[in-house]
Amino acid sequence: MFDDFFIRALIAGIGVAIVTGPLGCFVIWRRLSYFGDTLSHSALLGVTLAYSMEFNIAFSVFIISSLIALTLIQLQKRTNLPGDALLGLLAHSSLAVGLVVIGFLSFIRFDIMGLLFGDILAVTVNDLLIIWIGGALILLVLKLIWKPLFASTVNYELAEAEGLNPDRAKAIFTILMAAIIAISIKMIGLLLITGMLIIPAAMARNISSSPQKMVIYSIIGGLLSVILGLFSSLEFNTASGPSIIAASLFLFILSLLNIKQSIKLKN
Amino acid sequence: MSSEQNILVKLNKAGFSLNNKWLVKGVSLQVEKGKIVTLIGPNGSGKSTTAKIALGIYKKIDGSVEKYTNKVGYVPQKISIDWTLPLRVNDFMVLTESLDKESIDEALSLTGVIHLKNKNLGDLSGGEFQRVLLARAISKKPELLVLDEPVQGVDFTGEIALYELIKKISDELNCGILLISHDLHTVMSATDHVVCLNGHVCCSGSPIDVAKNNEYKALFGEQASQILSRYEHKHDHVHTSEGEIKKN
Repeated sequence: MFDDFFIRALIAGIGVAIVTGPLGCFVIWRRLSYFGDTLSHSALLGVTLAYSMEFNIAFSVFIISSLIALTLIQLQKRTNLPGDALLGLLAHSSLAVGLVVIGFLSFIRFDIMGLLFGDILAVTVNDLLIIWIGGALILLVLKLIWKPLFASTVNYELAEAEGLNPDRAKAIFTILMAAIIAISIKMIGLLLITGMLIIPAAMARNISSSPQKMVIYSIIGGLLSVILGLFSSLEFNTASGPSIIAASLFLFILSLLNIKQSIKLKN
Repeated sequence: MSSEQNILVKLNKAGFSLNNKWLVKGVSLQVEKGKIVTLIGPNGSGKSTTAKIALGIYKKIDGSVEKYTNKVGYVPQKISIDWTLPLRVNDFMVLTESLDKESIDEALSLTGVIHLKNKNLGDLSGGEFQRVLLARAISKKPELLVLDEPVQGVDFTGEIALYELIKKISDELNCGILLISHDLHTVMSATDHVVCLNGHVCCSGSPIDVAKNNEYKALFGEQASQILSRYEHKHDHVHTSEGEIKKN
């Protein structure tokens, strides 16, 4: 069954969608979409290092993205620059350094388009293991830090005052962000990972009345996007990442129609 | 009365500064089980800051804080909730602790907002939201309650009822309460200990003692002191803009 590249891609995509669903909700709630972009841009550097040292890609991306996240936290403490300027600085400089390193690696055959936009042909059985085991670990850790993370997302001082240690939860969440980028880079591609995090969650926000519902709808939206996207990618011979994100955009537009209806009902 | 094991939180000459300016300095106070300690003082006198020091929200402080309980309920003065979150009253009640349905319903009934249980938090009025905040803080049956202007925006009859409720909670749960209030009438009738702040502790003691105190009268005016007593008034220090205190 795993012999068919399409089945592998489907299983990988489903695994990714289950994890990006809940993480994406926190990205929206905590306004971290640009932070996600920065981490995923830095992933290129991780990929090039993996190639040049013959290292596992997911692991190397995880390490580099975590380092970038830590660098960001240090820079925030030590400079007076605003957060978005620091994010832009790290995003573009790590992307640039990654591309320069690629230039030096001319002896390796490189599918840069596949890296940027995802390549379903590239998903191996090994990748499936990384996605599903890594994904299960991410969800487990998220479940453990859910209460302090969610409480501090609603109100930091309440969480701190009532003894929930929100700072630790925030640091762990940053690591989880690096991890989800590492395991989904092959599927979605590094330019579009943030889209996979925020578009299904944004769709879910339009149609949900409680945080739990938003997480569930976000997962369902992600799953539908992956299935729709991959089938159209196979049908029209398009790159997997853009096809999945376009499918999630389609679902988002549908959810807007739902909002209009409910506003009409209220009036 | 004030035996050591009854102390819930104790501030020793605590102070907090931001951008080289003292928000509050040299505050010593303690909250014990079953007692209500009230902070009074004009705007900007450091009441909320003192509460946040006691709660451990501010960490880089002068002096020290000893906190002997982790069961804390907090009603902040200002709360900014981001409405990108779909959050109902029911979800908000279990924010920091998982509670069974009975505890949630009981607390919401006590503050008179049980009918709002499934409403979106963003759709509540200011007074309704304040009642929900208070319900959330008492629902977990805390040992220490910190209430920062808990009845702001609540209608007049509701205000009296909520203060009675706070007094009742303190008796029933035997919890200590650190209360910040502008309402001197309430403060003076229901409080065990009053701390009058103005960047530092101006005076403190039982409500009767404080009402007699000169500095209290200097801060709140002659009329406020007539709530409990009449007394002459003399000012022995002034406050500079840096939060320093100069003796006359």
